[in-house]
Amino acid sequence: MTTTAEAARPAPGPAADEGLARRLRALACTAPLHDLDNRKANLAGEYAVYGMAEIALSAIDLVTLHMDFDTGADRDQVLARMLPRVAVQAPEREWREHERVAKWVLESLINVGSVDRGFRAVYGTFASDGSYIRRDYDFKLIEEVPGPDGGVYLRTTDEAVNVLVGALDTDVTSAQIAAEVKLEVLIRRGRLADAQLAAEQARYRTVQYSELLRRALEATRRNVRAVDWMETVPDLIAEALEHIADRYRHENAILTNIRKARDEAEEPEHKRRAAELVDIVKDCIRRHTQLQTRLLEAGPLFRAEQDRQAFAAPSSRSGLDLYGQLLAPALPLPLEQASTVTTAFFRKAIGLRTPNAVRLADLIDVLLTPPVEREHLGAELPEPDLISTPDDSRFSDEQLEAALGLLDLPADAPRRLSGLLAEARRTDPDLPYLVALLAVHAASPGVGTAYRQGEERLLFAVDDGTRLDDAEFGGADLIVGSALLDAVGMAADRTEAS
Amino acid sequence: MIDDDYDAPSGAEASSKPAPVTPADVADASRLVSFGLQPKLLPARDAEYGELIRRYRDDPSFARLADAVATGLGLIVLEVSARAGMAVAADEESVFAVRMGEYSRRAASESTDRFLHGLAHLAVAALAFPRPEDLADDGYLGRITVNGVDAFVRQACRRLEQQADLEGDNTDPVSDAPGLEAAWRVYARRSATGATKDARRLAGSTIGIVGKAVSFLVDSGFLQKTSDDSGGTFRTTARYQLQVRDLAGSAAMAELLALGVVPVSDGSATLLPPDDSDDLVTDAGLPFHSI
Repeated sequence: MTTTAEAARPAPGPAADEGLARRLRALACTAPLHDLDNRKANLAGEYAVYGMAEIALSAIDLVTLHMDFDTGADRDQVLARMLPRVAVQAPEREWREHERVAKWVLESLINVGSVDRGFRAVYGTFASDGSYIRRDYDFKLIEEVPGPDGGVYLRTTDEAVNVLVGALDTDVTSAQIAAEVKLEVLIRRGRLADAQLAAEQARYRTVQYSELLRRALEATRRNVRAVDWMETVPDLIAEALEHIADRYRHENAILTNIRKARDEAEEPEHKRRAAELVDIVKDCIRRHTQLQTRLLEAGPLFRAEQDRQAFAAPSSRSGLDLYGQLLAPALPLPLEQASTVTTAFFRKAIGLRTPNAVRLADLIDVLLTPPVEREHLGAELPEPDLISTPDDSRFSDEQLEAALGLLDLPADAPRRLSGLLAEARRTDPDLPYLVALLAVHAASPGVGTAYRQGEERLLFAVDDGTRLDDAEFGGADLIVGSALLDAVGMAADRTEAS
Repeated sequence: MIDDDYDAPSGAEASSKPAPVTPADVADASRLVSFGLQPKLLPARDAEYGELIRRYRDDPSFARLADAVATGLGLIVLEVSARAGMAVAADEESVFAVRMGEYSRRAASESTDRFLHGLAHLAVAALAFPRPEDLADDGYLGRITVNGVDAFVRQACRRLEQQADLEGDNTDPVSDAPGLEAAWRVYARRSATGATKDARRLAGSTIGIVGKAVSFLVDSGFLQKTSDDSGGTFRTTARYQLQVRDLAGSAAMAELLALGVVPVSDGSATLLPPDDSDDLVTDAGLPFHSI
């Protein structure tokens, strides 16, 4: 940032209006939002009722909060979440129109019409020789980034975050500590409305922090040698892990506090706010965990890259250093000069194409040939010759049904396996095998699956040491029974856990 | 067989006087050049091609003949070998040369787009051969991804932006003087990607531009696609290494020297760890030091 450089510099002179320039740039960032309300009159339709700047700010909000560690926010999801905000502004209008407005605002924030998909503001400053010059300030509010699945995702830029929460351009760590201390105090005093604001700000900082680390790790993946793996990076990782552990403890403490506030609150408004806070802090914790996973992956990633890059046998010849000798020196040059370098490279590096040569006689033939009638439906599909495969199941469906019916025991009356086998044998000599199989299976019941699927009862089998006395089977005479599960309670647990 | 067309000189008389060139020899030499014009064809995949390559290497007069045919067509012979085939490049004036206007209509008219398309090619090469020895080592296979190339250039731009900020100058470009704007700004400003109506890449975005460069290089037989990950993953071919090492790199370097920029190198890689004095700037990603 420029602040340190400015502080060191003696005041006035042409540089004095640096501060002015900075404010002009900050002002410019808000211009696209004002512009939305000015431009809504030009849209085909009656859109004056909508507060476009309000929708835009909430859109920036949504994108910032839904930005993930790896990707940005999903465009459709953001649009869907914008809709309620648009809808309340004009509830009597059609949902199609709401959708159109939300789309228009989002596209305007990306500035879809322009080549760069960004904004440009012009402002004037004094150059070092005292002359007045106009400069271009280019910025973006929401940018589109590639996702790992090849899709396009949205991320808010630093400029947008500054427009949104203001003055976030500070040391992230200290700002976050401040916000959390504040949050704790507010909760203790029961001022939940303020606490929510503080918690939301803390979350913005968390997002910003993980964004910084994401960029850092991405650079590591690209170039191992660009990075000091002796000291700097291990220090950074250790520091970040420590930071996460610290924040995690902190946020868990806050979570306990708010949960208590939520459960004890009597006023419904209070309760609602506390519940929202729980969600926000939970989200913070989730983001920290995600960050931690990345940090733990950094070490193995380095070693793999090291193996790949560093242990290659050195070549005796030395070649041209494409980055150091061409790319890096060309980038700071003025566009016109840099362009001569890249164009020279382009001409020689692109390869060759063999031109198509056409004889006039051939061309006439081709042009005069009537187009081939395309069969609309395509070729007829041959009727597949199906052979029914023999049914080689050991047991028939009826047998399975009979066995399950036999094992459908009341919860308060478990039975011995020997009794079940005897009963099965009476109806069908083959059935005991199936019953035994099911009973043995029930000795290790799928509790986890039943829990996840919310089933109400579960078959189980227990060995109490009694030996099975049977002509066909050996082993333990299991006690088979069914257990009733608390499906409602489990469902509640599941939502709480997620 | 091809060898039958070519009468091997016999006895002492032949060693003093080279065998006369027959039309069949010229036909074979031209055939070899025409194989070279199909950059995706490899000698290992085509018996006739492989045989002609062998003859080129064993028989100097046949080699001279093939070189002459290539030169007459406006081609530069980079290498003739079993791994690269007859690697030929188009002379600037030749009918085989690709012009900027054919490559991209926008690039022909817009100076910023012309720069971006050129830069994309330079960046693809720089990332495919990150160290000088990678470019020199014949056995080296470079790997790149489309998204990786974009991120690599953006990182370099971010680094320059920070440097400018540290120097405390107002680096916003002067209005109405587009040619004087620092080149990296043009790249940094352009959006990386963008949603389109038909789910194709946005042609004007930087990833779109890199993607175009890469797919063009695939058609030139310089890259081979290995997977669709990260916007497309590719590996280099021997021909690409030759083309960059022997032609493109030196051509761009000559332009750079003509501008008075003299990059000095001792042959070691320039992407180096930072010195101890430098604090880690989190926002820059991990430090990324160039010369």
